[in-house]
Amino acid sequence: MRKLLNTLFITTPDIYLSLKGENVVVTHDEQQLGRIPLHNLEAICTFGYAGASPKLMHACVEKNINLTFLSQSGKFLARVVGESKGNVVLRKTQYRLSESEVESARIARNFIFAKIANQKWILERMTRDYPLRVDVPIFKQVSNELTTTLKDILVTENLERLRGLEGQAATAYFKLFDQMILQQKETFFFKNRNRRPPTDNVNALLSFAYTLLAADVAASLEAVGLDAYVGFLHRDRPGRASLALDVMEELRGVMADRFVLKMINKKIMQPADFVQKENGAVLLTEDGRKKFIKAWQERKQESLTHPYLNEKISWGLVPHAQAMLLARYLRGDLEEYPPFLWK
Amino acid sequence: MNWTVNEDASYLMLSGIQHFRFCPRQWALIHIEQQWAENVLTIEGQHVHEKADQPFLREKRGKKLIVRAMPIRSHSLKTNGICDVVEFHENEDGVPLHGEAGTYLPIPIEYKRGKPKKGQEDVVQLVAQAMCLEEMLLCDIPIAYLFYDEIKRRVEVEVTDEMRDEVRAIFKQMHHYFDKRHTPKVKTGKHCVSCSLQNICMPELMSTTTVRRYMERYL
Repeated sequence: MRKLLNTLFITTPDIYLSLKGENVVVTHDEQQLGRIPLHNLEAICTFGYAGASPKLMHACVEKNINLTFLSQSGKFLARVVGESKGNVVLRKTQYRLSESEVESARIARNFIFAKIANQKWILERMTRDYPLRVDVPIFKQVSNELTTTLKDILVTENLERLRGLEGQAATAYFKLFDQMILQQKETFFFKNRNRRPPTDNVNALLSFAYTLLAADVAASLEAVGLDAYVGFLHRDRPGRASLALDVMEELRGVMADRFVLKMINKKIMQPADFVQKENGAVLLTEDGRKKFIKAWQERKQESLTHPYLNEKISWGLVPHAQAMLLARYLRGDLEEYPPFLWK
Repeated sequence: MNWTVNEDASYLMLSGIQHFRFCPRQWALIHIEQQWAENVLTIEGQHVHEKADQPFLREKRGKKLIVRAMPIRSHSLKTNGICDVVEFHENEDGVPLHGEAGTYLPIPIEYKRGKPKKGQEDVVQLVAQAMCLEEMLLCDIPIAYLFYDEIKRRVEVEVTDEMRDEVRAIFKQMHHYFDKRHTPKVKTGKHCVSCSLQNICMPELMSTTTVRRYMERYL
């Protein structure tokens, strides 16, 4: 597997990015703040109004560096996408299968299977790591329920039914989410999942982590020649990266939820990192966001053994590995898409 | 590097024959799936070709005319490409050339990085080039050369009928796969180590268990 490089995050608004030689130059009010060699970078991710020169965009596209623009609150605005890889056959296969309910369900089934299997192991891991802190019998009970759902999923070839099973599992899993918060309970609590805008600290962190993950997944899919906007589980909706959301399902729990829990339980994120707007919307402060991103980047450098490939890779390359496996399934190398199953 | 240039849709790139002889899957990834990745070996290869790739340099040395980066094609093989260097030697058994007095025997020379390889991939590419020239100039080319950068010497290659048959057979297979847009699964082995497409090919996929079994393990 290839090596994971760094991501450059720009969190201050009014920063301008340009290209000089083989470097990104970061400027603010015509003052140069720094320059980073492009060959060290995997991606550039900007928050808030930040400009980038066309020449830099050109270089990013050529070197396969993912350049994403997000709003200050982390809402996806745009991504610089280069010339489609000449891989037309792969894309046409993707489109053809996405048109078919049965074919889509076959792939979607494996996304959902992994999502729920991973949620199950998050619960199991909690009972193992903190048997004195969590209500073990309830955790075991939900874990068993999820196993039953997993068995149903394995034989389902109907998208509606899959969505139903997924919703059921999500409800059971999120019911225990608050119990997995073991520190700072007065500031960090979880009642239900809410977004656009998130109205509590935990949801604000979850939304932010999902945003970061979505950008990585979409970029990985495009890099292997797939169309991030044409999904199998998520149907087409203009402007929505449906396939990225599909693949993300497997990774939400292990890459985002667990990370958010760790940030709270290790007291890295603190009450002062949030501000509440008059309407109840919760935002991360700039410092809070920097802390979060820094830890996110460090997490991506940690390695694990990929459960299907049996190869040691960094967490940051997991979306890339899944994108490649999906492409190889669509091209007929594999009889099924092997999702990411964590234990 | 541009692998996509191919004017006639039904024609395949001549240089692809070396990929196909090395590994049909590598060829399919490059030419059908349009995937490419560099490694040390490919960069070295590009460097070697920079010297040969000078289309406007034409030299005449005594009885020898040296032409670089010559576009070639064969209608029977349905392929086109470029010869690094073609030497035209004045020879009684040769053919007349447009704009030149006398008759000449063309000798294709292909530049390669490293030293002579165990496999036949360089040889089939060179023979295919010779066959293109034979078809375009209506002549017979008995020998050709591979120039290896590491040993700085050319190695003579005999263009035999057996080799020509092999080249025809390979192109036939290449066209068959290309028409079906099929990327074959093939045996993995030692040669995978030097392949720059290893990360895209994922050769380890050929030997893992079924996805079903992998998923059932988690129940």
